[in-house]
Amino acid sequence: MFRTKAIIRLLFLGSVIAWLVLVFSDITILYSEIRQLPPGVPKWLPGLMLDIFVVCLFYYYRYRIEKDESLNFTDLLWKVFATGLIATVVSLVFRLGEFLLGASKLASDPLFKDFIYQINLALFLSFLLSAYTSWKRLILYQKSKWLIRTWMVFEVCLFLTLLYDSLQLTFSGTTNTIIIIVIALLVIVLSANMRWVAYLNFKQKWTSLLLLLLSFFYLGYFLFTVNSISSFINTASPTFQDFSSHIFNVCLLCFVMVYSIFSFLVILFNLPTSSVFEQKLEEVINFQRISQSIQTEQNEESVYNILLDSSVSAVFADAAWLEIESETNGGRFFTYKITKEESEQIRGHLKQHNVRGALDQGSDKTKNLSKYLASVKGARFRSLIAFPIIVRGETIGTLALLKELPDGFNKEMMRIVSTFANQAGISIENFRLMEQAFQTERYKEELKIAKTVQKSLLPAKLESDPDFEISAFAQSADEVGGDYYDTLRINDHQVALIIADVSGKGTTAAFHMSQMKGIFHSLAQQELEPKEFLERANQALAFCLERGSFISATYFVVDTKTKTIHYSRAGHCPVLYYKASENKTQYLKDRGTALGMVRTRDYCRLVENNEIHYAAGDVMVLYTDGITEAKNSKSEEFDYDRLEKALQEVAEKSSQQIEKHIIGRLYEFSGSSLINDDYTAMIIKFR
Amino acid sequence: MVHIKRLQEDGSDIISVVGDIDASSSIELDLAIAKSVGEGFKKILVDCSALEYISSAGLGVFMSYIEELKDKNIPMVLFGMKEKVANTFSILGLAELLHIASTKPEAKKLADELSV
Repeated sequence: MFRTKAIIRLLFLGSVIAWLVLVFSDITILYSEIRQLPPGVPKWLPGLMLDIFVVCLFYYYRYRIEKDESLNFTDLLWKVFATGLIATVVSLVFRLGEFLLGASKLASDPLFKDFIYQINLALFLSFLLSAYTSWKRLILYQKSKWLIRTWMVFEVCLFLTLLYDSLQLTFSGTTNTIIIIVIALLVIVLSANMRWVAYLNFKQKWTSLLLLLLSFFYLGYFLFTVNSISSFINTASPTFQDFSSHIFNVCLLCFVMVYSIFSFLVILFNLPTSSVFEQKLEEVINFQRISQSIQTEQNEESVYNILLDSSVSAVFADAAWLEIESETNGGRFFTYKITKEESEQIRGHLKQHNVRGALDQGSDKTKNLSKYLASVKGARFRSLIAFPIIVRGETIGTLALLKELPDGFNKEMMRIVSTFANQAGISIENFRLMEQAFQTERYKEELKIAKTVQKSLLPAKLESDPDFEISAFAQSADEVGGDYYDTLRINDHQVALIIADVSGKGTTAAFHMSQMKGIFHSLAQQELEPKEFLERANQALAFCLERGSFISATYFVVDTKTKTIHYSRAGHCPVLYYKASENKTQYLKDRGTALGMVRTRDYCRLVENNEIHYAAGDVMVLYTDGITEAKNSKSEEFDYDRLEKALQEVAEKSSQQIEKHIIGRLYEFSGSSLINDDYTAMIIKFR
Repeated sequence: MVHIKRLQEDGSDIISVVGDIDASSSIELDLAIAKSVGEGFKKILVDCSALEYISSAGLGVFMSYIEELKDKNIPMVLFGMKEKVANTFSILGLAELLHIASTKPEAKKLADELSV
């Protein structure tokens, strides 16, 4: 940044110094010529100084204009205009000074005239060079390889002409003409690059035209001034080299002129079509808006609004409405410059005439319905087109556009709006899919919570006693099940056990399970007989369980003092018991109805107290129907026999080993690690 | 999947259940029984001979009608149950609450006795 600034200043200083030397040397030469004296300075000095001046200015503008990325097209033109303005004002100030001097001797002195001439020439050249640099940027906008090469050739040619001028190799007039013609051809080829004009909007085009017009004025003014002064000096000193004798100057002027004229004409002829280009640009932006409208904070409503706005502006509609059918909230209606009543009148009219079109939402085709409008009473509209909005193959709404002119919609307009409608459909579809994904996610989250709750209801630690050891296993499928088991020490010689299965699945099952846990923990402490426990539990549940729900359970009280198990079964799977003394297993199939089946006092008839004596080595297996109903690939059930056999195989081992073995056999049988139900088992091993 | 057919015989409504009754198909069974009751049949027979499996939700449906049918004095008799299905009923203790017969004539006879 700092370096660039320093370079710019250095270049400017260099050009000023070169110009001062140029003025001094030129005046000296002219003076000696008029006085017929030998020149005090070499004759080639002014030419060299002019070259240095031009090169310095060339790079100066290159840094000022070409490297400045922030400039847009009108800014470039403005820079040229501003340089021209400054140059012209300075020149006019000198002209005023000359005028004030009047017809004094100094005013008609060739030396003074030469000074004025040099000032004007410097101003003119700086204006031309600034224009040259700006035009370069315009030409090289959207450049191609070929274009860059052509430009390089052109620039090198210009430089060569500059050298050619300063060496003062005057071959002949024809050589000069040939050089000029070659460069002019290059100029014309380069001037065909006008792509930047297309990117100007209407206002910018007018500005550009004005700026170019003023630049023409400057060019004309300087050409006139420089020419008139040089011809005056020429009368005093015939060998004086005027502006036009420099091919470089001519070429530069020619380039700036030609490109300015081309630009002016192209902009002028582009004026009427500029609105079309702007329109297209706006369409692209609108299209993008619709497709991007699905952001987290936006909703369907905003998509509809954008669709309506974009469509209206794309086809210059006088009015429009957007009707969205929706089952959940009765549909929505968006209007633009039309009242609801008016639109209803039109829709009613179309319905009356039995027009089967997009408006009745039964069609998926865009329809031009203008011809039906003619018969609507007092309607101001003469054109109407309707577009369906389709989401997942279903028409969810209609977009209707109206115009007061007859035949107001052409094919292009229909196509644009139709793409808008399609895009809006896609956006809405995406939006709904996202919404669905959110819902599913939320549902999953809820299930997860239910599962955690259910897990937390199962005891973390089971009761233990010198007389027995307990181990338990619970594994549930994706759905939340309702298996429950628990233990509670009643007193020093009694321990209560329970296993239960809540009918149904999901959050309700988890909820009933928690009720069961509450009942167990409050009733078990009261040292109740198992039968009474179930009766009271049934009574408590009668009012909580909904119709058709029930809980199967078995309640045990293990008495270590008398070495007996008191139990009562309420519709739960029969207990599998291993009697070590007989080395035999059996299912304890006693009477008992599930809790909640009968919600009256009659329930007491349906359950009974049972009692068995246990001895060391006996095993009691409590389980839920998930285990016996587990299926293999052939749809066979694990069933009671396999369970019994599994126990027999390891009955003499510890409770934990028994549990591991049974579960192992179960997975082996089902043939996969996938669980399709809840597997719950509790093993009590007596010792 | 379940198929439920209803046909009338000697003034009793016979509901035949074919297939499995799980949580989702239990709704159909519920509907069939509700219709039968609603249409004013005085005897309801449920043909379970083609019933392969019944889940707790299906059992819940039968259970939920026990009280209502008792109040309205409409006997409901299930018959032709396969052993496995019967086992499910008996384990839950539902067999004691429902009327279960082995064949259709027996079921009719039982229903006639009960409706007296």
